[in-house]
Amino acid sequence: MTREHRLRVKTLLMVLLMVVCANLGDLILKVGMKQIGAVQMSAPGIWQALLSTIHNGTIWLGILFLIGYTLCYMTAVSWADYSYVMPAGAFGYALQTILAVSILHEVVVAKRWAGVSLIVLGVLLVGQTKPSTTDGSQATQ
Amino acid sequence: MIKIILMLVFFICSGTGGEIAVTYGMKQIGEPKSFHPWALLRFLGRAVRSGWVWFALPLLAGSFYSLLILLSWAPLSLVIPASAANYVVGALGAKYILKEKVTARRWLGVGMVSFGVILVLATG
Repeated sequence: MTREHRLRVKTLLMVLLMVVCANLGDLILKVGMKQIGAVQMSAPGIWQALLSTIHNGTIWLGILFLIGYTLCYMTAVSWADYSYVMPAGAFGYALQTILAVSILHEVVVAKRWAGVSLIVLGVLLVGQTKPSTTDGSQATQ
Repeated sequence: MIKIILMLVFFICSGTGGEIAVTYGMKQIGEPKSFHPWALLRFLGRAVRSGWVWFALPLLAGSFYSLLILLSWAPLSLVIPASAANYVVGALGAKYILKEKVTARRWLGVGMVSFGVILVLATG
């Protein structure tokens, strides 16, 4: 196995792990918030929900997955170009919707699928433009 | 639906604001000289003394908490795709705050994301 091939394989595995962590993290946060219930928009309601989230193990598990996502993302972009890593983020929106349907049994109408598809295509298009369009040391998003 | 949209706006603006403040702060601090524990501790010490980092922390915490509130109100299949609106805010910030040149192709992508987010929110 050549050095380049090894780099490709380990980057791909890291990107896959990144997508898994991000999607599972959001999914677990949703489960945790379902346990807590809808937050009431009043000062006592917000304070009560904040205390409930701090004491909820499911929320902490979700946060742990999101920390894992951040570490995987930082590792992946240190090995490969942002433009190589970024499309995984775009497909994450579609994957998250699929998980919401299959695991949380959410109903997703055709119009929402169309919206998600447009978002995936739009994010891919944004990521495929030049990462820097300014002169000098200014970096773009 | 209005409260979901208002919370989404708060989530995106506080998150983007926090990230911009962290970027400013980290640029002032500079990168760690090495990965030696003492160098990393000195780097952490500089970060703790940065006003921008302290300004960013409540914004990022507020953004995360508003995501939790959104998840308590709306389905996951609505909240996560709608959060892609941060690409739109990012492009507008790049154009009007950072004075970057945003290409036609990037605007097309931003337009598609915007339309996609509107479609997703219309199903809420």
